[in-house]
Amino acid sequence: MFNSLLNHPNSLFGHFDRLQRELDDVLFGLSSLPSSIRSVATGTLPQINVGRTPQSVEVYAFAPGLDASKIEVTLDRGVLRLSGERVKPEANERQRVYARERAAGRFDRSVSLPEDIDPEHVKANYRDGVLQVSIARRETPQPKRISVQ
Amino acid sequence: MSKEITQTDKQQTAVETAGERANERAATPAVDVLEDETGITLLADMPGVSRDNLDLRVEGDALHIEGRVQAQTPAGLEAIYAELRVPRYRRSFTLSRELDTARIDANLKDGVLTLRIPKQVHAQPRRITVNAG
Repeated sequence: MFNSLLNHPNSLFGHFDRLQRELDDVLFGLSSLPSSIRSVATGTLPQINVGRTPQSVEVYAFAPGLDASKIEVTLDRGVLRLSGERVKPEANERQRVYARERAAGRFDRSVSLPEDIDPEHVKANYRDGVLQVSIARRETPQPKRISVQ
Repeated sequence: MSKEITQTDKQQTAVETAGERANERAATPAVDVLEDETGITLLADMPGVSRDNLDLRVEGDALHIEGRVQAQTPAGLEAIYAELRVPRYRRSFTLSRELDTARIDANLKDGVLTLRIPKQVHAQPRRITVNAG
């Protein structure tokens, strides 16, 4: 998991943004009801979006600055697991650090996929800092008409 | 009389456009800001932003960074779960006088924007030799 980081002292609007999101979650996120056993806390990085078309399920992980060869994508019993690492920058004596907001280190996130996916047809690519995994959905069996003798 | 009205209209439109842009919600990208003797290095995380969708502007002493997220979405994509809810990053910084905004170097790779803002040459630390006698 990414370590928590210092906030830039100048990010007053960043605070408001975060506060708004937290309020949204409290008021509309139904946090009092039991949540999925695999759901994660707000603010876990990298951020993930999941979408669906009739043919596929698309998972996007917004993880900039990764070494593509070191990203691991595994699919096991309907759970998609994404992990990778962003190397922490070396401490440089001659540099003064004013802000260190960017997360570094290992991440490991799992996404529970719908039941109708086809694990034999999975593609993944990493572009502009977005890891996109595309999982095909099994063809839904068409209802068959049975004629009555 | 009519000339005055035209000028007021133009100002109105400029303000409206700026207002519209400011109203479009954007996420704040995480940044690292480092300074050494020769200048400032700024790294910003903007995953999903490619060079064509990156907008870097210097206005006076302010640096504005804006990027649009364009991930490959197949036709008919319906969102099921979204942690990143706005396809836009925006952040601004005020730069101090000794930074040379004309020589900013920018690099965007894998969603990480690296900006190198050098200090004006005369503002870089110099050792002054003291003559004896």
